[in-house]
Order: sequence, then structure tokens, then C-alpha cells
Amino acid sequence: MATITRSTITNVLAKQGILIAFVLFIIGFGLANSRFLAVDNVLGVIRSSAILGVIALGVTFVVISGNLDLSVGSMMSFSTIVVLDLHDKLGPLMAIPAMFALTMCLGAFIGFLVGYLKLNSLIVTLGMLSAIHGLTLTWSGGKNMDIADKQGTWFGIFGRGDVLGIPVPILFFALLAIVLSILLARTPFGRKVYAVGGNGTAATFSGIPRARIVFLSYVISSFCVACAGLLQASRSLGSQNTVGQGLELEVLAAVILGGASLLGGAGTVFKTVIGVLILGFIQNGLLLVGLAFYVQYVVTWVIIILAVWLDIAAKRGRFLSPIA
Amino acid sequence: MTEGTPALRLSGIVKTFPGVRALDDVSFDVMPGEVHALLGENGAGKSTLMKVLAGIHQPNEGDIFIEEQKVVMRSPLDAKAKGVVLIHQELSLAEELSAAENIYLGELPTKSFGRVDWATLHEKSGAILERLKCSFGPRTIVGDLSIANMQMVEIARALTVDAKAVIFDEPTASLTDAEKVVLFDIIRDLKARGVGIVYISHRMDEIFTISDRISVLRDGSYRGTLMTAVTNEEEVTKLMIGRSLDLTRNVQPAEMGDVAIAVQGLSCGKMFQDISFEVRTGEVLGFYGLVGAGRTEIAETLFGLRTPSAGQILIDGEVVKINSPMDAIRMGISLVPESRKEQGLVLGMNCKDNMTLPQVGDLTAGPFVSDGAEIAIFDQYRDKLAIKTPGWREKVGNLSGGNQQKIVIGKWLSMRPRVLIVDEPTRGIDVGSKSEIHALIRDLAKQGYAVIVISSEMPEVLQVSDRIVAMFHGRLMRIFSSQEVTEDSLVQAISGLNTDRVA
Ligand SMILES: Nc1ncnc2c1ncn2[C@@H]1O[C@H](COP(=O)(O)OP(=O)(O)OP(=O)(O)O)[C@@H](O)[C@H]1O
Ligand SMILES: [Mg+2]
Repeated sequence: MATITRSTITNVLAKQGILIAFVLFIIGFGLANSRFLAVDNVLGVIRSSAILGVIALGVTFVVISGNLDLSVGSMMSFSTIVVLDLHDKLGPLMAIPAMFALTMCLGAFIGFLVGYLKLNSLIVTLGMLSAIHGLTLTWSGGKNMDIADKQGTWFGIFGRGDVLGIPVPILFFALLAIVLSILLARTPFGRKVYAVGGNGTAATFSGIPRARIVFLSYVISSFCVACAGLLQASRSLGSQNTVGQGLELEVLAAVILGGASLLGGAGTVFKTVIGVLILGFIQNGLLLVGLAFYVQYVVTWVIIILAVWLDIAAKRGRFLSPIA
Repeated sequence: MTEGTPALRLSGIVKTFPGVRALDDVSFDVMPGEVHALLGENGAGKSTLMKVLAGIHQPNEGDIFIEEQKVVMRSPLDAKAKGVVLIHQELSLAEELSAAENIYLGELPTKSFGRVDWATLHEKSGAILERLKCSFGPRTIVGDLSIANMQMVEIARALTVDAKAVIFDEPTASLTDAEKVVLFDIIRDLKARGVGIVYISHRMDEIFTISDRISVLRDGSYRGTLMTAVTNEEEVTKLMIGRSLDLTRNVQPAEMGDVAIAVQGLSCGKMFQDISFEVRTGEVLGFYGLVGAGRTEIAETLFGLRTPSAGQILIDGEVVKINSPMDAIRMGISLVPESRKEQGLVLGMNCKDNMTLPQVGDLTAGPFVSDGAEIAIFDQYRDKLAIKTPGWREKVGNLSGGNQQKIVIGKWLSMRPRVLIVDEPTRGIDVGSKSEIHALIRDLAKQGYAVIVISSEMPEVLQVSDRIVAMFHGRLMRIFSSQEVTEDSLVQAISGLNTDRVA
């Protein structure tokens, strides 16, 4: 079967629709603006996407298991504020693990509600979005949080340092992506995440502890949020209480752009990375073209919707069926 | 009846999927007022051919004619408008909607401004349900119905239009005998009105009861057409699988060992009460009864999916608590569930991943899943069960219905359980594979497994079981040995007519 038929073409389109859209987009902007593909610009984009990207990696697990996580933005504000505050009280060496522990407790709590008590994840995480915001304000007393001695701490290395010319946040993002990709694609746990999201009943009938898998996916998500909080705090060494506000929707957009299904059971870490980069490059491209930031909002979402439409249209081309 | 203008004709149909030539130059026709049966092994292409006809798949080559007018079926609704209705093998209902809404899905009657005309909707769909002698009303939410009743809703859909042709793709797979009788009445009624009918089934008795002609597909190509009146099962089977089958009943008891699993006074609320039985290693215990007799619920209780309200379960003579499927699996129990689509498979996953799902935690090299170990298991059971698939990477959702069922069976056989429970194991499986699965079940018993077979098909129960439990309304009526059982006594016991209970 060496001949290329129409069905194999639509097949490739269906599987790689987003990737193709991405490449076309890069070429288009690259031609429109020569700075777009310059090495420093590219690194800059990836670097500024890293925080969003790190969170998106974790949310990928939650979405594949068939749930949503809308609390990640507010949870990241929490970890940023907490680690900055504890930095001065306990010193950076203790502040970091303490912040991770607190953030992951929040994740475990959400995981408990959604996994074991089987509450609707949309409601739970929407509620937690507000609750955690309140928690953050209580912790900080509503004030901005700043590190007292910004020159004298090594805490900035995560957000500001670089290794061999590559910014640490990018390395962090890449490393986490590789580890989580292996976890999802190569381990029994990862397989179970897909099964639970693909067909929860069949997973139960296969002896898979559904509640525990959902629980763990939220814990992973909160771990990633803690990482993002660390990067954010380390980069700015000071922060507002609302630093993560609105991030949850951008994260979700990146995950869906990457091709994970909101119904669960489909998606990969690699595809999420692509989704994150698409989003980052779109925003950067629009900036270079010189659009005002509020126009950017509109154009970003139009492009996201177009990309998703292309993806679905390509899939329809393969299944020609309006039912399946 | 083969003269005149066919209601429907397909000519030279070719349909390929990536890696599969599902249909290769197939022609087929149905006369008005005729029941044309379509037979073939699992994956032969029957459902695909009918999906082409009903506008779900577009053929790569070939033409469709309605009353010798060439047509193109753009979509299922388009096909329906042209008078061709398909009743699916796999249920395709919206479970949150009412029966009425499902019946008229996509073509709800409307009033001005596109408002749904509920009165008309409920009246019309109510009439159809009545014609089908259904016990539920048009307002019932489909998700609350039993699988058999969902099937009736699916059938009701076909009766909303003046169809020229109605296609039944394995409609009886989950119907009781009584419902089957109703279905056959409907088919005869349609027939009398000059509707052409295509009937797909793996049950020979049905085919010979209802059909006028029988066409056979094999590996995607057309093998021939026989007149039902002048052919017999053997001839059809030969055309279908290229050999004849040995369908002898099991009377020879296997060598039995110790009691592997025993149940004493087990009850679960209203589902079943005071059930006691035991299964020895090397034994096949059949469970026969009507749908709703509580057999599936007993299986689910043994597998840790339901909590018994009284009684106990003993494994190897020790009382055990089975709180979850995980516990059950650890104790060496496997359950091939009743519904492959809801309970058995993750349709979006590939064949290999589905098959190894319950044991994926053990198939590891270090912390990672070992592809090699998984593929070895998949290959072994693909060969053992003759599963037809382009490869382990194929999504299970793309397999034919019967081959999906075989994946579920392979999944649980590969666990090498001590106690294997199979609930309607051969639903949707072709006659050849069916007798192979029966042989396999006997073979497993011989190897020292204790097997429980739940089935609504009497020949199946008779053929594989050493002893047969007859159930009625959640009660164990009687346990027969295979020497003493007769079809009559079994029918009596499951209808509650025989009250002398022997445990
Ligand atoms: N959507 C699809 N994508 C890929 N392959 C498919 C698809 N649908 C069917 N096939 C393949 O086409 C072949 C014929 O399948 P089909 O469902 O028509 O078989 P069938 O005769 O109805 O079998 P059964 O008796 O098991 O229902 C099978 O090999 C199946 O794997
Ligand atoms: Mg079929």
C-alpha cells in the first residue's frame, strides 16, 4: 500500500492538525517580521511561556483523567506569596520544601473531594479558586510580598539564572516535561490515567482504583503549580497577591490546543508542550506586529478557536460521519 | 421473490480503512417484502456494508440504488429521508434524553419559532412504543432503561418514517425470548407492508425462522446467496467459515478437584436472596435464567462490585471479604462483564492496552511498562481467540463488534484466574468462534480453572456446563447436573413453575 490515498492524507491531517497549524503560523509570522525567528526572541518566548507551561503539564494529567482544574491560577498566587514570605522567615532552603508541602496539601484536598467524594470537578475547582485566593490574602494580609534583601539571596537562580546560555526556567520546563511525559506514557500509572478518563466504568471493572488515580492527578497538578510558583517568585523576588489570576484559562487553552480532549482519555505531554508554545508564539507575534494588548486578547482567542476548528475539521474528514 | 425491482441495491462496493480492506467489490440487494439475512464471521464486513448503505460511511467505489434510481447517501438523516433506516449493532442513544426525544432525534416535531411540539412528540412516540409492546412510556429517560429496553428504543427509531428498507444489525443480541417474539412480529408486519429488510445475526435459528434469502460475506468479499427454504445450517456455515462445525453437547464431566469458590446464603437487597452454590476446580457451572433474574448481580457481588446484605463467600474453604474488583483480582477471580462497551473496554485505547489493562502494573521492566511483555500477551490471545485486527495499535473502537468481545475475553483469560466468571461471553460472536470459545471454556476447566458461565442462550449453557443453576426472580430454583437436565425442566425452573428447590 505504497500509494498515497486521500484517506491517508486526511488521516495525517487529523493526527497532526495542530502541529501543521503551528508550523504555518510560524512561517507566516517569520515572513512578516524578521525578528520573530531570531534566537533571542525564540528563547524569550519559551522563557516567558515556561511558567504557564509547567502548570499545563500538570493540568494535562487532570484533563486526561476526565476532570478540570480551574484553581491552578489562584493556587500559583498562593505558592508565590507563601515562598516569598517564608524566604525571609525560614531562609530559602526551608521555604521551598515548606511551600511545596502546603501547595500539595491543597492539591490533595481537591483530589480528595473530586476523587474519593466524587464531587464535580468544575464546581470544586471553581470554589477552590476563590477559597485559595482568600487564603492567600489572609496569609499576606492583602499586601504585596517582597524579599527584604534582594541582592544577598541565591533564591533568584531559578527564575533569573542560566546554564550555558539557556535560561533556567526553560531547562526546568524541559526537564519536567520529559519526566512527566515518561510518567504518563511509559508507566502503569500513566496507563491508568488514560483508562479512568477514557471509560471510568471499564476502569473500575478492570480493578483500577479510580478515586486514587484522580486523587494523584490533582497532586501532580499541584506539584507543577508549586514549581511554577517557585519560578515566578524567584524571577520577581516580590509579588502581588493576584499574580496567577486568569492563568487557569490560558493553561486550559494550551492543553486543549495541544489536543487533549475535555472528555478525558486523550492527550499527551508532548502535545501540551506544543500547545503552550503555540500560545506563546501567537502572543509574541502579535506583540511584534505592534498590536495593542487588548486587541491581542481578541486575536489570541480567535486563533485558538480557528486552530481547534481545523483540528476537528480534519478529524471529520477522516470519519466523514456526522455521528461518530 | 427475486424477480421485480429491488427496493435497494448495492453494486461493486469497495470500502477501505487504514490498513484494512473492509469491503471488496460487494453487491447486494433486497426486494420489497423480503427478509434478506446477511451472514459472516466477525469482521467480515457486515456492519460496514450496512453503514455504507445508511450514509455513515462513504464507499471508495460502488453505487447505491433505491428502486433502481442511483442515489448518494450523504448522512444517516439523508438516508432516512430516502427511506433507509439502520438499527445499530452498538446502541447509539443519548442516555440523558427521554425515549421520545431519542426516537425523533434530529427531527423533533416543531411548532412556530422552532419550539418543540411536545404533545405531538409524546403522542407519536407513545404510539410506536405501544406497537412494540414496550412496558415504558415515551417520557422515560433512556439511561434508566435496561439494555434490552434501550434496544427497543433503537428499534422504535426505525418506525418513525415510511421506510423502504430497514436494516437490523444484530438486534437480538441483548433481547429476551419474549422480546424477540415481539421483534419478529414487527418484522413480519413490516414485510407485509412491502418493506425490504436486511437482518444480521449470528444466531442460525433466527436466520432460518425469519429470512427468505441468506447472503454470506467472508473477509470483505461476497461469497454467495442461498434460498433459505432449500438450504440448511451446515451449508450456510460452510460458506461462511469454509468448514463444518461439530456442535455436540457436553455430557462428559471433567475431572474435578476441590471446591474453589463457595457461596452460602448470599443475598443482596432486592437483587437476589439466599443463594448457595459451590464450584470446584475443573468444573463449569452454568447460570441460566431470564434477563433480570439476578445472575449478573451475583457475578458482580463475587467480583466486589456490590456489597452483599447477608451470607458469605468462601475461597478455598476460607471466608473472604471482597470489597472491590482489586480484591477479587488478587484472589484470582476474573469477570468478563455483560456489556463490552460500557464495562469491558476503553474504546479510545488500542487493542493491546485494553487487553493488558488489569495487569499492566505487573507487566513492567523496572518502573516502566514493558512493551515486549504486553505484546507477547496480546499476540498469544489474538491467536488463541482468532481476533481479527490490523495490529495491536488499532483502536478497539474500530474493531467489529465480535472482535471487541474477543478482546474482553482475552483480557480476562490472560489473567490466568482461579475462578473465571463469564457473563454472556459469546454475545455478538460468530458461530465458528463461538464453538471455539465453548471449547476453550471446557479446556480451561480441564486445566483446573473453576468457571461460572452466565448465559441467556440455552444451547450455550447446555453445551458447556457440568451443572446448571436455574434462577428466577433473584432466587435459586434448582441446580441440575448435566446428565439429568432437559430443556423442558430447565424452562420450567426459570419460569418459576418448579418450586421444589434442590440446593
Ligand atoms: N471505523 C473503522 N476504522 C477502521 N477499521 C474499521 C472501522 N470500522 C470497521 N473496521 C474494520 O472493518 C472490518 C469489518 O468490520 P465490520 O464491523 O463490518 O464487521 P462485521 O461483519 O459487522 O463483524 P461482527 O460480526 O463482529 O459485528 C473489520 O476488520 C474492522 O476492524
Ligand atoms: Mg457488526
